[in-house]
Amino acid sequence: MTDTHIGNGFVPSGQLQLGIFFQGVNSGTVWKSPESGSQTDFESFRRIAQTAERGLFAAFFLGEGLRLREHLGRPHALDVVGRPDAQTMLAALASVTSRIGLVATQNTTYNDPADLAHRLSSLDLLSGGRAAWNVVTTDNAWTGANFRRGGYLDHADRYVHAEAFVSTAKRIWDSWEDGAIASSPGASAWAAPGSARPVRHEGKHYTVDYVPRLPRSAQYRPVLFQAGDSPEGRDFAARQADVIFSAHPKLDDALDFRRDIVERAVRAGRSANDLKIMPASEFILAATPQEALEKKNWVRSLQIGPEQAIAYLEQFWGRELQGFDPDGPVPDIDPVVEETSETRGSGFHGAKAKQLADQWRAEAKDKGLSIRQFVSARTSRGDSSFTGSYAEVADRLAEYARTGAVDGFNISPWLIPTGLDDIVNHLVPALQERAVYPTEYAGSTLRENLGLATPVRQEAGAGNTAVGNTAVELEV
Amino acid sequence: MSTAAQGFLALELDGDGAHPAAWRKARHTPAELLDGTRVRATVLATESAGFHVATFADGPLTPASSDPGGRDIPGGLNALQRAAFAGPVTGSIVLVPEVDTVYTEPFHISTQLASLDYVSGGRAGWLVAASDRAADAAAVGRSVVASDAVGREAADSIEVSRRLWDSWEDDAVVRDVATGRYIDVDKLHYVDFESTVESGGAGYSVKGPSIIPRPLQGQLPVLAPAGLLGADQLSAGAVDAVLVSAPTPELLAGEIAEARAAAPAAAIIAELDVVLDARGQSAAGRLAELDGHTPWQSSRARFVGTAAELTGLLASILETADGVRLHPAVLDVDLEELAQLVLPALRRRGVLAPQQTGSTFRHLLGLQRPASRYAAVSVPSAASAASAAEN
Repeated sequence: MTDTHIGNGFVPSGQLQLGIFFQGVNSGTVWKSPESGSQTDFESFRRIAQTAERGLFAAFFLGEGLRLREHLGRPHALDVVGRPDAQTMLAALASVTSRIGLVATQNTTYNDPADLAHRLSSLDLLSGGRAAWNVVTTDNAWTGANFRRGGYLDHADRYVHAEAFVSTAKRIWDSWEDGAIASSPGASAWAAPGSARPVRHEGKHYTVDYVPRLPRSAQYRPVLFQAGDSPEGRDFAARQADVIFSAHPKLDDALDFRRDIVERAVRAGRSANDLKIMPASEFILAATPQEALEKKNWVRSLQIGPEQAIAYLEQFWGRELQGFDPDGPVPDIDPVVEETSETRGSGFHGAKAKQLADQWRAEAKDKGLSIRQFVSARTSRGDSSFTGSYAEVADRLAEYARTGAVDGFNISPWLIPTGLDDIVNHLVPALQERAVYPTEYAGSTLRENLGLATPVRQEAGAGNTAVGNTAVELEV
Repeated sequence: MSTAAQGFLALELDGDGAHPAAWRKARHTPAELLDGTRVRATVLATESAGFHVATFADGPLTPASSDPGGRDIPGGLNALQRAAFAGPVTGSIVLVPEVDTVYTEPFHISTQLASLDYVSGGRAGWLVAASDRAADAAAVGRSVVASDAVGREAADSIEVSRRLWDSWEDDAVVRDVATGRYIDVDKLHYVDFESTVESGGAGYSVKGPSIIPRPLQGQLPVLAPAGLLGADQLSAGAVDAVLVSAPTPELLAGEIAEARAAAPAAAIIAELDVVLDARGQSAAGRLAELDGHTPWQSSRARFVGTAAELTGLLASILETADGVRLHPAVLDVDLEELAQLVLPALRRRGVLAPQQTGSTFRHLLGLQRPASRYAAVSVPSAASAASAAEN
């Protein structure tokens, strides 16, 4: 039986929140259906964001593209690709929504802290306190080829760099005294002189010397999301983040992850309930379990067609496999590269290619899977998928709320722009009937709607060696 | 662009107006300047007044040094985001943010501007700024770019964006179910840009392709102040419109002629500060009162007078310029006078181009939608040749 105890003073809220992650890349989004809409037209974004808001979703997420994924040295052709700049799109959505949070994934490696903090602050004010930043890092020179800096960061340094970046951003957001701006046009000055403190940072990778231009927002400062799953990533989140966009939606994994994060948060001097967890997930729903299963098979066949199945293996074999039958067995020839020559930008790393190929051949043979079935099983993120009738899935989700395994789910719709319709029309009411989902927005800011506490003002140089407002980045 | 019979009008919307003390005459509390409600109201008022273009000043990260006492507005919302926020709620007005080219990442700028084109339905443009201030360099930890290199930095940044905007051919997204291809990779192109500027010892390169398909307009119109770019860059068509300033309205004609000679293919837009009689107060009286708080230093020609006089001046400028950009002393006050008295009079005279819902900025400028520069090259790309050779 699943151990649902968490400890360290953690108290389940008994409630769930939903977010929507408009992916824009990868095989999860079906583009081959007649219902599949544009990935770039504003109407797709407006439609799905407004549907999410109708369903009282807490957050609308966008990823960030810094370089197109490649496959065997060319742009990857088989999945949806081509997405807008996150903050520009979210600024536009801010004018046609009023409650939903607007979360921009932004990279610490190829942005400047002063510029990025200013733009996030700007989005936060424009949206009335609904902005959030999903903090990600990159280390490879391949991505750096699109930027002035080029590749400059070692893998080992990426979280040290990211944390210094986030600390600097927080100091920028907290630099204005509350109430600094005059309350009437008759005042002697627009803002009390000296009410914005300069922020200085000197580190191994960058320096900042900046007088911030914007005051705090209705939610004080943008909410911070973090998605890294390594021990370093988890500790970074435990120290800095408000919400973890996790990779652990299966109930027992989610409980283990919660336990681990609570321990890390308490160790970092925070309270057990300070960090919210929202795993990535996919929902395939219908009125009956049987219909849902049929729908799932249909979705999978569109997500992983014969071409995607072969291309997926090619990433790991490092060679063309066009001669192999997608409905036949996993190829009996060996990979030509020692390390996997993965589709760049897709996030696969590391395993020794030949060893991996042997393992996959054995696994597919054991289970009697063709190439296509095998790849579909691997890429469907079966653990993150909730398939079933509305009532069934609502019952499953209620168990997550009861145990406190997660605070909600970040849903990647497999269809754009109508992929949230059945969730909002049927699943949300079923969750409300079970008293595990809000019946109205708690407030007007994202922080209020996620139930997050007002942040403590970041004092100059917290976490660093501080001299006045100058922080010296501690880097190894 | 040849001089059209009808011209267009742009309004600069930053802050509470162009005068540094404008906030003292605004019709809202100071803090309300920095929210979406204000941005929406201002842009909608500008569109309904009949303006063709709204511009959003921004550029440098740090505030101007013209306010040594620190008594006026020290900051503002990001210009590109304000333009994006306005996109879905407007229907005809062109949205042109100012974006710096020196201390920003050209790849990010290109993507942001292309995205603005999508959220505005093809009504986006780019007003190129090029900071030469040490404070802007310090904010992002760069060494200061020498003032003689700033123009080349701007030109490089424009070139990066233009190549990236072309890096997806128009029909690159094929959604071909039969072959399983979402895109045709032969219609995506590496841009392989190499910077020619050795600023602070560091050139840079940009590989491409863009992460977003080609903007709706193909290429966003690019605007730059006269004097920023060199003659060779202007004659090569680096920009689609040039903003022209002069010390007085009378001297504008000469500057317009000079700019047109330097950039014969570009639209010429005259810059004009405006203070109008309003609320029973003379324009001169209003200006004196504002200057009493903070003196207005501006390099632009300034008009101070009645709506009827301004109507005559604008009609006269539009005989030689393609457009005029107005910088109202106090947005809330001067925009109302412009909307009620000046634009209707100009429309009656027939000197203004019609406002067209659903039209593009390129259309307003009389520009065709260009083919991608890469589409003209019909030989297979090196990558596809290499891939064929492996088979």
